[in-house]
Amino acid sequence: MDTTLDQLQPGQRANIIRIAGADGIASRLREMGFVPGELVHFVRPAPLGDPLKCSVHGSRIAVRCGEARRVYVEPIS
Amino acid sequence: MASVPTVSVAETSGQDRVALVGNPNTGKSTLFNALAGMNVRTGNYPGVTIEKKTGVCELETGKITVVDLPGTYSLAPRSPDELVAVEVLTDHVTQPDGVNLIVCVVNALLLQRNLFLVSQLLELGKPVVVALNMIDVAKSRGMEIDVERLSTQLGVPVVATSAAKRTGIDKLKTVVAEQLKTSPEQHERSRILPPEFYASVDRFRDSLIATDEASDASLPDDYLLERMVLDRGGAPELQVIRTYGDSAAESLAAIREDLTQALGDPIDIECNARYAWAKAKLDSVFKNDSRPSSRVTDRLDAILTHRVMGLICFVIMMFIIFQSIYTFAAWPMDLIDAATSGITDAVCSLMEPGKLRSLITDGIIAGVGGVLIFLPQIALLFLFLALLEDCGYMARAAFLVDRIMTTFGLSGKSFLPMMSSFACAVPGVMASRVIENRRDRFATIMVAPLMSCSARLPVYLLLIAAFIPSTTYFAGWLSLPAIVLMSMYLVGVVAAIPVAWILKKTLLRGEVAPFVLELPEYKIPSAKVVLSRVWAASKAFVIRAGTLIFAASILIWFAGFWPGDHTNQYRMEAQLDSFQGTADARQTLIADLNAESSRLLEDSILGRTGHLIEPIVRPLGWDWKIGVGVLASFPAREVIISTLGTIYSLGGDAEEEGLVGALQASTYDDGTPVYSVPVALSVMVFFALCAQCVSTLLVIRRETNSLFWPCLSFSYMTLLAYFGAWLTYAVSSRLL
Repeated sequence: MDTTLDQLQPGQRANIIRIAGADGIASRLREMGFVPGELVHFVRPAPLGDPLKCSVHGSRIAVRCGEARRVYVEPIS
Repeated sequence: MASVPTVSVAETSGQDRVALVGNPNTGKSTLFNALAGMNVRTGNYPGVTIEKKTGVCELETGKITVVDLPGTYSLAPRSPDELVAVEVLTDHVTQPDGVNLIVCVVNALLLQRNLFLVSQLLELGKPVVVALNMIDVAKSRGMEIDVERLSTQLGVPVVATSAAKRTGIDKLKTVVAEQLKTSPEQHERSRILPPEFYASVDRFRDSLIATDEASDASLPDDYLLERMVLDRGGAPELQVIRTYGDSAAESLAAIREDLTQALGDPIDIECNARYAWAKAKLDSVFKNDSRPSSRVTDRLDAILTHRVMGLICFVIMMFIIFQSIYTFAAWPMDLIDAATSGITDAVCSLMEPGKLRSLITDGIIAGVGGVLIFLPQIALLFLFLALLEDCGYMARAAFLVDRIMTTFGLSGKSFLPMMSSFACAVPGVMASRVIENRRDRFATIMVAPLMSCSARLPVYLLLIAAFIPSTTYFAGWLSLPAIVLMSMYLVGVVAAIPVAWILKKTLLRGEVAPFVLELPEYKIPSAKVVLSRVWAASKAFVIRAGTLIFAASILIWFAGFWPGDHTNQYRMEAQLDSFQGTADARQTLIADLNAESSRLLEDSILGRTGHLIEPIVRPLGWDWKIGVGVLASFPAREVIISTLGTIYSLGGDAEEEGLVGALQASTYDDGTPVYSVPVALSVMVFFALCAQCVSTLLVIRRETNSLFWPCLSFSYMTLLAYFGAWLTYAVSSRLL
C-alpha cells in the first residue's frame, strides 16, 4: 500500500503523498518541487538503473533510488 | 542602449550594491554578464568556498556594484559556507559590504517553484526587484503572464527580461535605479509562515536575551532566528549553539517540540506555507493555465539519456572534442610559431652575440614562446567545456555516469569538476563545491588533478609531434596522434578509479551520499557567457606564461648558462652571422659551435644537477636533460617545455626546425638517439600522473583547509607517476 517513487514503472505518473525525513535532503527535495499533492512523472532510469529521471513541478530532476524511496506516492493508473 | 557597461572595475566603496540571487538554470549568469559586461572580478568570501563575483554596472544615476551569488534553491543555509551567502543579504555584522537591494532572477517557465526562493527573500526586509527571465521562451510556448498583476500580488516591482535576447535589461536598470533612490533601507519583512511560528521565534529570541545578560553579543538577524527554528542541524542552529551554549540548544528543541505538536514538523510548515503562498500569489497571473514543458528537451533527452544511445552519444561527443582540439588549432599555432621565430631572428639581427642576446633568445623567447603556442588548444578546450555546460548537457552527463561513479566512490556530481579539470585542475577543484557531501567532495578533489589538464597538453603535443607518425585511418577521420592523445587522457581517468576507490574504503569511509540534480532545459548556449569563460581562461594562461613561466625561464637559462666562459661561443656566433664562405665550411663551423655550446651546457649548474639525478631517471628511459626538465617543472608542468627549449637552444641543437626537430635530432655521445617512442611515452605518462603544479596544491590546501590533503596529493601522484612511467617504458620498449 505504501508505494514509493522508485517502485513506479518508467513513464508512470503518481501523486505525491508525503516526503519522509526532516533533514537537509528532505528539505532539498521539497525546495525542488517534491511537494505533497503535486504530480510526479517517472520518465526513465539512467543507463545502469540509477539515478531516476523524474518530472515534477514543471522541471526535470534526477534523484537516486535512495532518495526516491523517501517520496511516498499514489500511482495514477 | 540607454547606458553602457563600464570598462573598468573601479574601487567600489561607497557605491550602491545590488545582489543577484536565483535558482540554478534561470539565466542568472547571462543576466549578470548583460548588466556588468566583461569586467567581472571573481574571488572568495574570506575563509569560505563561496565564490564572490562582482561587476560594475552603470545606471543613469551612477555606477553600482553587482554581486552575483551562487545559484540556490533556497535561503536555508546548510553549511557555514552557505551561511556566509545569506549573511551578505542580511547585513550581518561580519559582512560589512552588505547589499542595498536584491534582484531575484526567476525562470518564467518554473514560476511557481521559483517563488519559493522569492518568498524567503521577501522576509529579509530588503528592497527586492524580480527579474522575470526567459520571458521570450515562455511566450513562444504560449504562456501568457500578466506581469503587472504579478507585481501587484508580490508587492515588488517585476520586470520581464530575456537575458539571452538582451531584452528588458534597460528596463531592469531603470527600475533598480528608481528603487535605490526611493525605497527605504529597511522594508517591512513579509510574514508568510503561520502566526504560531512567529510566536515561537519570539519565544526563542526572548530565551536568547535571557541568557545573554552577561555578554554584549548582538542578537542574530530575525531571518536567521527563523532559520534556527526551521532547520534542524542547519548552519544557523550550530552557530547559535556555539555562541549561546547548550541552553540555546535546549530551548530550541523545546520550541520545535511545541510547534510540532501544534502545527506539524517545522520542515512541513515551511514547505506548505511557501507553496500555498506561491499558489495564491499566482492567482489570475497566468492568462492561460498551461505549464508548457519543452518538447525539444524531452525529445533530445529520449536520445541523450537513453540507456544505449545516450552512452554512445556521450562517447562520440568526448571523442569529437579531443579530435577537434587537434584539427582546428593547427593554423593559429603555426602563426604563433612563425611569430616566435620571427622575433628571434629580429633580435639576432639587431644584437651582437652575448649574455643579453642569449638571455632574450634562449631564455625568454624559447621559454615563453614554447608555452604560448598552446594557447589555441587551451582556448578550444575551454570553449567546448563552456558550450557543454551552458547548453545543459553537463547535467545529463552527470546523470549518465552517476551509477558508474558511485561504484568508484564518487558521484555523478563529480563529473563536472573532473571534466573541468581536463582544462585546469584549479577551477576543477573549486567546482567540486557543487558536491554537498564532504567525503564525496574530498575524494573528487583528490582525483581531479589526475585528469589531464591543459598544462599537460603542451607536453603531449610536443612529444607526439616529434615521435608519433601521423598515420590516419578511416579516410582521415582518425589519426594516430589523436589516438595517442586520447590514451594519455585515459591514463589519468583509469588511474583515478582505484585511487578514489581506495580513498572511499579508507580515509573517506562512510555511507552513500544523497543525489538530487535538476536537469535544465536544453538551450542555445549564450555567446557572451561562453566567450567570457574562454576569455578568462586564455587570459589566465597568458598571464601564467608571462609571469611564472617567464621567471622560471630566466632561472633555467641562468642555471644553464653559468658558470663557463662563453667568449669562444660568441666569437663563433659572430663569425656565423657574417659568414661568407662555402656551404661546407659553414656546416663545419656550425658543428664546432654546437660542440662548444653543448660542452658549456654540460658544465653548467643545470648540466651538473642533471648528471647527478640521472641514475634516478635512467630506469624510465630518460637522459639527464629530461630529468632536469622534470625537476624544474615542479612549479608548473609546462615549464618542462620551456626548460627543454632553453636547454636545446643553449646547447645549440635548436635550429630552424624548432624544439620538435631538436628532440628528434638529439643523441647520446655514442650517436644513438635519446628519444624513441618508448621514451616519449614514458615522459608523457609521467606528466599525465604527476602533481607538478603549485597552483593546484595551493587550491587543494584552500578548499580542504588542511595541509594533509595537498601533501597526500603530491606524494601519491608523484609515486604513481614514477612507477607509471617506469612500467610504460619497460613494456613499450619490449613491444615496439
